[in-house]
Amino acid sequence: MSLLFIVAAFIAVAGAAGVVLAKSPVHSVLALVVNFIALAVLFLSLQAEFMAVIQLIIYAGAVMVLFLFVIALLTARKELPTSPQKWLKNQEVLGAALGLGLMAVLGTVALAGRGAAAEVPADFGSVVAFGRSLLTTNVFVFELTAFVLLVAVIGVVILVGRREA
Amino acid sequence: MQSYLPLLIYLALVAFVAVVLSLAGGFLGPKKPEEHKYQAYESGYPTAPLMGRFPVKFYMVAMLFVIFDVEAASFYPWALQLRQLRVFGLWEMVAFLAVLAVGYAYVWKKGGFSWK
Repeated sequence: MSLLFIVAAFIAVAGAAGVVLAKSPVHSVLALVVNFIALAVLFLSLQAEFMAVIQLIIYAGAVMVLFLFVIALLTARKELPTSPQKWLKNQEVLGAALGLGLMAVLGTVALAGRGAAAEVPADFGSVVAFGRSLLTTNVFVFELTAFVLLVAVIGVVILVGRREA
Repeated sequence: MQSYLPLLIYLALVAFVAVVLSLAGGFLGPKKPEEHKYQAYESGYPTAPLMGRFPVKFYMVAMLFVIFDVEAASFYPWALQLRQLRVFGLWEMVAFLAVLAVGYAYVWKKGGFSWK
């Protein structure tokens, strides 16, 4: 466990806590950006270079834009809701249970893989190695992604309510 | 895996310049506080406080940007593998793009690219 991991993991957790604790939604988004950048560093420390770059371009770049637009669309008012309305009953309990469940799964996986340090190729995680895997062994998944994106495109147009043809 | 020390130095430099520039204005600039200076302004004019909601068109632009950004990101690994994959790789991307072209045509037909 290197110093880099500890620092990056600490920043990631701090960013995640900031998302939940921030009063203003815009501050939550900024905290999420911090979290994403720390995650990119963690990806980099795992030699997943392509994932690190994509994490920054897609998540810290594009998805953040989307979040800011959602905030602008929904809460363009100055005053914040004073008393949070409870739409979902017992959400604290449910959230804690789901969080603990996820933690248990991740812990089990981490403990099961301990000690079994697999040999990785020298170019593991680089864009070239990623592309080779994506376009040869996992080509079906790659083509399927196009359909997922197609569904998203059509979904946006329908949800926004563009009916002129 | 190569060393990322240059990247770290670069990031530290970026943070340093950003912090110095934002603090320097406070140290060096004249301070003549006036009520109007604290108002929100845009292009030299005070802005009206934003009431109500944004039009949903903005959201659609953002969403389509994200989707086509993901599409563009899939070009990076493909471009680096194209010479090895030869014609097979070309047809892979043609199939990928053909599916997305359907979505593109759909948005176009529905007027998603026009600001009305």
